[in-house]
Amino acid sequence: MATIAVGRQRPVAERASRGIWRDAARRLMRNGPALVGMFFIAVFLFMAILAPLLTTFDPVRGVLANQFEAPLTNGHWFGTDLEGRDEFARIVFGARLSLVVGVGSVIMGLFLGGTIGAAAGALGGRVDSVLMRIVDVLLAIPGILLAIGIVAWLGRGLPQIMLAVAATNAPVFARILRGSLLANREVDYVIAARSTGASRWRLLVRHLLPNSVTAVIVAATLALATAIIDVAGLGFLGFGPPDPRTAEWGTMLTDTTQYFREAPFLIFFPGLAIVITAIGFNLLGDGLRESLDPRLKR
Amino acid sequence: MAKYIVRRLLATIPVLFGLSIVLFVFVHLLPGDPATALLGQHATPELVAKIREQLGLDKPLWEQYLQYLGQLLHGDFGKSILDNRPILEEFFTRFPGTIELTIGALIFAVGLGIPLGRFGARHVQGWGDGLVTVISLLGISIPIFVLGLTLQFFLAVTLHWLPATSSLDPRLLNSVPPVTNFLLVDTLLAGRPDAFVDALRHLILPSIALGSIPLAIITRITRASVLDVSNEDYVRTARAKGLKERRVDSRHVMRNAWLPVVTVIGLQVGGLLAGAVITETIFAWDGVGRWAVQAIQGHDYIVVQSVITIFAFIFLIVNLIVDIGYAFLNPRIRYG
Repeated sequence: MATIAVGRQRPVAERASRGIWRDAARRLMRNGPALVGMFFIAVFLFMAILAPLLTTFDPVRGVLANQFEAPLTNGHWFGTDLEGRDEFARIVFGARLSLVVGVGSVIMGLFLGGTIGAAAGALGGRVDSVLMRIVDVLLAIPGILLAIGIVAWLGRGLPQIMLAVAATNAPVFARILRGSLLANREVDYVIAARSTGASRWRLLVRHLLPNSVTAVIVAATLALATAIIDVAGLGFLGFGPPDPRTAEWGTMLTDTTQYFREAPFLIFFPGLAIVITAIGFNLLGDGLRESLDPRLKR
Repeated sequence: MAKYIVRRLLATIPVLFGLSIVLFVFVHLLPGDPATALLGQHATPELVAKIREQLGLDKPLWEQYLQYLGQLLHGDFGKSILDNRPILEEFFTRFPGTIELTIGALIFAVGLGIPLGRFGARHVQGWGDGLVTVISLLGISIPIFVLGLTLQFFLAVTLHWLPATSSLDPRLLNSVPPVTNFLLVDTLLAGRPDAFVDALRHLILPSIALGSIPLAIITRITRASVLDVSNEDYVRTARAKGLKERRVDSRHVMRNAWLPVVTVIGLQVGGLLAGAVITETIFAWDGVGRWAVQAIQGHDYIVVQSVITIFAFIFLIVNLIVDIGYAFLNPRIRYG
């Protein structure tokens, strides 16, 4: 029996380690909503990366005489704002800022939360209880107040905003990773590895973490949607980039709340940009969850 | 059961304790000196030193913390730097506004989310289910401030159906003496049904804006839970023995599908309190959330610290109630 098991194990293991991603990718490509999500994300990335090539207008300086021009006049596709700046240019450059700050905050949150979660899940015992109580404390503070507080404390600036948003999603990542590590700890292959004398570190790096990666990928994708919304929310409440002229979607919304009647399109375009981007990451996240979860394999 | 409640209560204490330390350190790391902030333009070095002594800021940090903790345990949150009013008093005049808004949002989310979720589960894979999925996706993806501004623009500014901001028509404000600070109650106590209707109309748009995310989550969970239970053997048995579909639904499916739905509704409270911060700002709503934002903008950190402490406390208590309620409904947790 032992020989059969050993004989069959190797090819299966090899195929599984190569195939799990390929299988997931194939399933993802057949997932309609996920494809729509990827399309929205592609539009967002396209705007963010090629921003200077997509428009000839300056997103920061405008001509005051051109205030509140309607969309599609004088080459202003999305019209102009209070200070006569081209709204399309501001949306496109705003995408750039959302991408950098959103991705930056999720990476920071992953690093912080991942470290806490991995330490708690791998070490267990007293370390686990202390770290998880810290996570409980952070989760008990309303996210947006925590973020505003951090920006108020550290001063306004893009790194501060990233850290503020990271602090709200780090505890979530910590919980997910810890939960996934704990669930995997008693799985047969881990017990087998432990019985062969593998060190704690080896167990964590070779066996536990790789099997928790999928849960973290899904959580991180969904977190990108909330991170972009949170960054815009901070901007909306007046805790955006230090220079108030900066093209940032949330700040653009606050700037125009007094001019509802004159220029409703100034709410429509930034609002639409935020919603489309959030939908994109939410759809992709859900699609990834379905295609990475082996239990849903058909 | 009693043992379980005690265990959960004990587990909450270290979290509260940790919270007090985190907030204390946080406020002390903030730039700016409270004494200088308190005195404003009148600050002279002598006065600052005097105020620092009065506030106990000249003592060692650990002593200040113990003093702060002692005050906290007595329910003394201190006074606002900006207007010198006792914080707890101000909190209790503003909190009813936040409660009304939160309840309004919950009624919207639960009242619409559960029927939508059941509808989606009944028409699985059909267009009805597709519609429900799209609604819940939009609910999660549209930020409160975008939805709030859109609602204001269409229903208030353009169509004039509902008021755009504040919690009551300013002309009615003087005719409603504050008794409970719940406007819906006070207007009735004042014998002014017209003001009651006005307050209710003011509540509608902010409730929808704040309730949109919980609506999406409740819809999703209800749909998933009903679908889950519908595949159970006892449901098939109930159908097989010829029960009417309505009876199967009420007696066999919903009774078992409630559990996760109730839990998720309880867990929305934390998100609602956080969402209230933004909602109250957009709709100029007199509540704790807007007060907190104004306090941060005015560098009134004692107010910020207190609001966060009280919000976190409420969040922990609600979580505790949800956990206990869950254990009560599901014996497997209690003895686990």
